[in-house]
Amino acid sequence: MTDTVLLTASDLSKVFNRRMIFRGISFTVSARETLLITGRNGSGKSTIVKMLAGLLTPTVGTVTLALGGRAEGERHAMNFGLVSPYLQMYDEFSAEENIRFAFSIRGLKPDEDRIAGLLALVGLGARKQDPVRTYSSGMKQRVKYAFALAHRPPVLMLDEPMANLDSDGTTMVQGVMADQQTRGILVVATNDLGDVERYDKQVNLNDVPRS
Amino acid sequence: MALRLLLALWLTLVIILGFALPMVAQPQQWYDLPIIPGLEEKARIIFFHVPTAWLSVVGFLGSLGYGIRYLRKKDPDDDIKSASAAGLGFMFCILATVTGAIWAKFSWGTYWNWDPRQTSIFVLLLIYGAYFALRSAVEVEEKKATLAAVYAIIAGVTMPFFMFIMPRILASLHPEPILNAQGKVHMNTMMLVVFLSSLAGFTGLYYWMWKVHVRIERLRYRHVQLPGG
Amino acid sequence: MTAWLRSVISIYRKDWHSELRTRYAISALLMFVVTTISIILFSLGSEEAPPDVLSGMLWVVVFFGAMSGLSRTFVTEEERGTSMTLQLLTSPGAIYFGKLLFNLVLVFGLNAVTISLYAIVINGFVIRTMSIFLVAVVLGSVGFAAAATIIAAIIARASTKGTLYPVLSFPILLPLLLTVINATRLASEGAFFSEAVGEFQLLISYIVVVVTASTMVFEYVWKD
Repeated sequence: MTDTVLLTASDLSKVFNRRMIFRGISFTVSARETLLITGRNGSGKSTIVKMLAGLLTPTVGTVTLALGGRAEGERHAMNFGLVSPYLQMYDEFSAEENIRFAFSIRGLKPDEDRIAGLLALVGLGARKQDPVRTYSSGMKQRVKYAFALAHRPPVLMLDEPMANLDSDGTTMVQGVMADQQTRGILVVATNDLGDVERYDKQVNLNDVPRS
Repeated sequence: MALRLLLALWLTLVIILGFALPMVAQPQQWYDLPIIPGLEEKARIIFFHVPTAWLSVVGFLGSLGYGIRYLRKKDPDDDIKSASAAGLGFMFCILATVTGAIWAKFSWGTYWNWDPRQTSIFVLLLIYGAYFALRSAVEVEEKKATLAAVYAIIAGVTMPFFMFIMPRILASLHPEPILNAQGKVHMNTMMLVVFLSSLAGFTGLYYWMWKVHVRIERLRYRHVQLPGG
Repeated sequence: MTAWLRSVISIYRKDWHSELRTRYAISALLMFVVTTISIILFSLGSEEAPPDVLSGMLWVVVFFGAMSGLSRTFVTEEERGTSMTLQLLTSPGAIYFGKLLFNLVLVFGLNAVTISLYAIVINGFVIRTMSIFLVAVVLGSVGFAAAATIIAAIIARASTKGTLYPVLSFPILLPLLLTVINATRLASEGAFFSEAVGEFQLLISYIVVVVTASTMVFEYVWKD
């Protein structure tokens, strides 16, 4: 399925309220490769992640995803999974219901077995039917992982992957990362280099031109 | 420079002629204007009120046009042009509403009648007001420009409905238009000349004011972009 | 059923489940309708207002009811930060139609309550040609939903959402309001159905125009 995935960023630049965040960023990531994005707070790590996921339009430059040699165009919903502090869940619904949305809003039929399996994987089996607003921040983070993995995305992006997690949580995430590394592309944006065991490409936003 | 002087002279001449040319019952001299029954001297308002109403619409259409261009190319300059066109259009719309109300007072006794034309200019005023309320409620510039352009489009597609609704619903107190759809003109040649010259002159005024405004906004935009941002 | 349609219905159902679970909008809307109609009732006293005034007032209540409730579908996503989640999950078109569907059902429900209450409580509000009235209410409700949804999407991205919503909506909804008030007046005067056909044509064109324009511009409003 994801043997030939190619994520290409070409000459990315973003101007926001007349302030240039960065410019001239280019890279290519292929299947089973991991891209690490590092940089100070405010250097634009999340901005790049959003651009890759199609959530933000670059001021200049393009992002293309190709599956099996064919450009995927606007099919971001199917191809990307994202865990980040700014991607919220619906907290009046339970974890189970949120994961079901991850399927149905994408237009897929919810796979109940897979939903149960995902919730068990992230360690939420017991509380899965309680509304997310009753969860601790660590549990909310776990829901986000189940949410991001539901549709088995070729590209998985983790922005601050270990946020709010205890040691069990970090072990879970490392398992998720290792799994993604065998099947598709992994993108990690973080300041803590200890988060990622290995990576193939790096974009360091501290060294990038800003004018 | 020369064009600006020409514009100033043109408008001065139009204004003078608009007020000074005599209105007589049976126009004989080439410079005589006809007396419109019911309006007499007050018909002179045609030379000034109608252009302001015309420019209100021009301002909206200009804003809409440049707004659409902005959506296509995301060039901030197009947004500057769009907002400037709307700003001037707003000003002329206020003038048109006020001059229209004054005329209504003289002609029919009340400042406001809710007849089709007064209602239309009022709705245009509301749209301009809403447009600028929206612009001031968005902080991110790219979003501000995008949302303003979208609103102009939505307003633009719903406004034409007024043309069909008005005749059905509201009785008209507006005088028989002197220029009507069949092109029958009750104006004599001289009046038509002055009227069209006024229209042209005011349109030129609008265009000049718009260019100046755009230049100012461009400078303001560039000034803020200097390092430190 | 195509994936796109499944997506639309899923968004619609999510919005309703959310609403039923939190009940923010519905209770506020019901209270609003009851309060407004009570105020009208008290200010009329024992006076009987003429039919065209009563027709107009009905739609004033509907307008402000719509302003109270129809922005919720977009504003809550912004306020809770789930806008971006939705952006990632599906296309802008599906979001627009899903939320339009939600607002359609909401406005029909709201109008059913408003009109029933109004008809029962306000003296002198009499509909002689029911067919005109029913068609006018149906078409008017669809038109309200169409215009209110795209404006809601716009103000959800602005800062002063509450007061901005009626300010932006009123000029856009005015052609609809005038037409539907006129049709209601015709219905209360006992006109023939054929006399109101012009009004219905206007309403249908309005709906088509607004929905078409909305689908074309929605992506610009929604995506960053």
